Amino acid sequence: MTSLATGRGTFPHGIHPPERKHPAAEAPIEVLPTPAEVRIALLQHLGAPCEATVSPRTEVNLGDLVGDSKAFVSAPVHASVTGLTGRTSVATLPNGRHVPVIPIKAAGSGPSAETQPFSGQSLFDDIFGGDWPKDSFDQYEPQQILDAVRKAGLVGLGGAAFPTHVKLTRNPDKPIHTLLINACECEPYLTSDYRLMLEAPAPIITGALLAQRAIGAQRTIICIEDNKPDAARTLRQAAEGASIQVNVLRTKYPQGDERQLIVSVLGAEVPTGGLPLDIGIVVLNVGTCAALARAVLRGKPLTHRIVSVSGGGIKQPKNLLVPIGASYGDLVTYCGGFTDDVARVVAGGPMMGFTIGALDVPVTKGASGLTALSQTEVRKADETTCVRCGRCVDVCPVGLVPTKIALASKAGDMALAQRYHIIACMECGCCAYVCPASIPLVQLIRLGKIRLPKAKA
Amino acid sequence: MAETEPTNGSGPSAGSGPSAQGEAAVAEPPAGPLIHVAPSPHLSKTSLTTRLMMLDVIIGLLPVVAMAVLIFRWYAITQVGLCILSCLAFEALFTRLRGKAVTLGDGSAVVTGAILGLSLPWSAPWYIAVIGSAIGIGLGKVVFGGLGYNIFNPAMVGRAFVMLSFAKEMGASAYVAAQSQLPVVTQATPLTVAKKVAADLAAGKISIGDVQAQLHSASQLWPLFLGNINGSLGETSALAILLGGCYLCLRRSASWEIPAGVILSSFLLAGLANFLKLTPFTALHHLISGALLFGAFFIATDPVTSPLTPKGKFIFGLGVGAYVMLIRLFSGYPEGVMFAVLLMNIVVPLINQWTIPRPIGGPMPKVL
Repeated sequence: MTSLATGRGTFPHGIHPPERKHPAAEAPIEVLPTPAEVRIALLQHLGAPCEATVSPRTEVNLGDLVGDSKAFVSAPVHASVTGLTGRTSVATLPNGRHVPVIPIKAAGSGPSAETQPFSGQSLFDDIFGGDWPKDSFDQYEPQQILDAVRKAGLVGLGGAAFPTHVKLTRNPDKPIHTLLINACECEPYLTSDYRLMLEAPAPIITGALLAQRAIGAQRTIICIEDNKPDAARTLRQAAEGASIQVNVLRTKYPQGDERQLIVSVLGAEVPTGGLPLDIGIVVLNVGTCAALARAVLRGKPLTHRIVSVSGGGIKQPKNLLVPIGASYGDLVTYCGGFTDDVARVVAGGPMMGFTIGALDVPVTKGASGLTALSQTEVRKADETTCVRCGRCVDVCPVGLVPTKIALASKAGDMALAQRYHIIACMECGCCAYVCPASIPLVQLIRLGKIRLPKAKA
Repeated sequence: MAETEPTNGSGPSAGSGPSAQGEAAVAEPPAGPLIHVAPSPHLSKTSLTTRLMMLDVIIGLLPVVAMAVLIFRWYAITQVGLCILSCLAFEALFTRLRGKAVTLGDGSAVVTGAILGLSLPWSAPWYIAVIGSAIGIGLGKVVFGGLGYNIFNPAMVGRAFVMLSFAKEMGASAYVAAQSQLPVVTQATPLTVAKKVAADLAAGKISIGDVQAQLHSASQLWPLFLGNINGSLGETSALAILLGGCYLCLRRSASWEIPAGVILSSFLLAGLANFLKLTPFTALHHLISGALLFGAFFIATDPVTSPLTPKGKFIFGLGVGAYVMLIRLFSGYPEGVMFAVLLMNIVVPLINQWTIPRPIGGPMPKVL
């Protein structure tokens, strides 16, 4: 199969945007006070949407099932607060989708809500604290692990929100030899994974070992960028005794994308249009691992996640442990609100995140951060003509010619766009970042991808 | 159709309630910060703009202009100045005629004017500079749609036009003025001398032993390198060109693959030609004489008219160098950088097609 050759520790091209991880990197994880209401989206993952399993005006407890689906590629959703459900309404997610949401009015709310089972430090300890064993977990059958993972509603917490039990299901035609744990967090500003690695590395290791058992990988490697040396240290300490390697890679954007990660660590290429499992590799985010450990060993569902709120436009950057379904407005208010020169509010990181135009958007499982960019930080958009300088070609990590694809898409010449491999574009934003003419290359390529099936008809 | 501009909408302001959007008639903006939505990415490298790239080229040309002024004195200033002014004026005029917004601020007309001026002989009359600028900007750039849309290098289009239209004023004899206060212009250009010597050798008028004597001052490497010889205004000083050219390549405002290709292919072909006694100059002589280096670093590197990928740029450079040597050896012209660049400009779309890079993971499998 694929050779297990070690990669060179980095991938070709890419960019070095300013990391701007401080001061959020110094902010220890704080627990968001229980908000008055959460709205659980019935579609917050890749795959089939859930259907509500509770009717309105039902009392639910933290962790109760509120939505499920019979489809394989899906994940159930659970109540993230104890309270009373309301009538299903619709919310707009940052990617523009309108999804049904189940609102839950939290019983008694505020920082010292006593009708909530946990709040403040006790919530943090319940989720991340306690004993996290590091054995090989041979006593668990893979299917046991998968059932627990699905029951907990676990999806990829790195942003893509792909149902984890599907990712860890063994395929007899495509055996997995390596499990990679993605600790890179290559987007500027985001620090949620970083703080998790510093403050709670133990469940990450446990989760990685459980995932390894489920998928049957021969080895597990944690991959981290070299701008996080202390996190690498805590992970190495936590992994002592377990046969998990920690690999430090050169800091470069987009190191955290799984294709680039596999090139850097293993020197292997994921076929265009394919998945890492096609070459025997599975990649999991560190946050997913931590939640996985809790799901399998303690039977607890995914109800909270760490969101990093930062950027020049927010008054007090923090890393918050928030219940799924809290609104972005709750996060912003807790962080002191916006500064006067805030210009753009991005759900996610500044390179690939979606802007939001209103703050009543609910936090979903894939929400890794909120970046409020100030006037000086945000990209200026004075578009001029392409002078074919070729800098986009110099930085594209996939090895494409972005200007050709973008201009072909703009002109509707989809045959030309396909000849330049438009499908392989992963919309990382490196090309638009360097373009001297400020051409919105990524947006034009997205337009091209939408036009593709129509061109075929 | 696509939302390529950021749409301005008012977002929630810090602390206060939602702005009253129903009061559309009120001209006052809502209190609090104005938040807009736009597609990703939301950061950009602010130190990189097209105008800064053009400025880099102008800075890179400064050593060349300085040497030109040093050697050709007043003539350099008038030629280059007249070309720059004409290019600016004609770009403004032609763009206005097309009904488009005038964008002189991007600096491309200044660059075209500077390069055109530096490629002219010191003795060219004022109307050569003006007509060259008009044709170069008009037919070489504006008629295609302006910056970024032209196929041919605009400065070279202008120069080719005046070269062919005013053969006497632009030909080899125009460079020489026996009674001149400028010492360099009393001799013919080195390449003209080399071509005459090669022709005489082939016709049997002189023997191999006479070659050095016939070349005399034209064969000295040091003046060729410094620039103390006759030629068009910008081409004489290899030193100044290398200084400016390396600055451009380091800043990535010019892609080093192009001059690398030009130098490689011309050096090899010149060495071969010297070995076959087709030219009395060695490969090194050919490299630092004429407009080869100037073309390699400043003309061929025009991003609009050169390929997109590093491999394509190198192939383009190889082609330009080969064409230059072909013209020098086998055509009636002693120098042919302008034609070489124009000929390779034609091939650029084909080179782009030939050098489509392979993405990581290979091309998409056929079944979609």
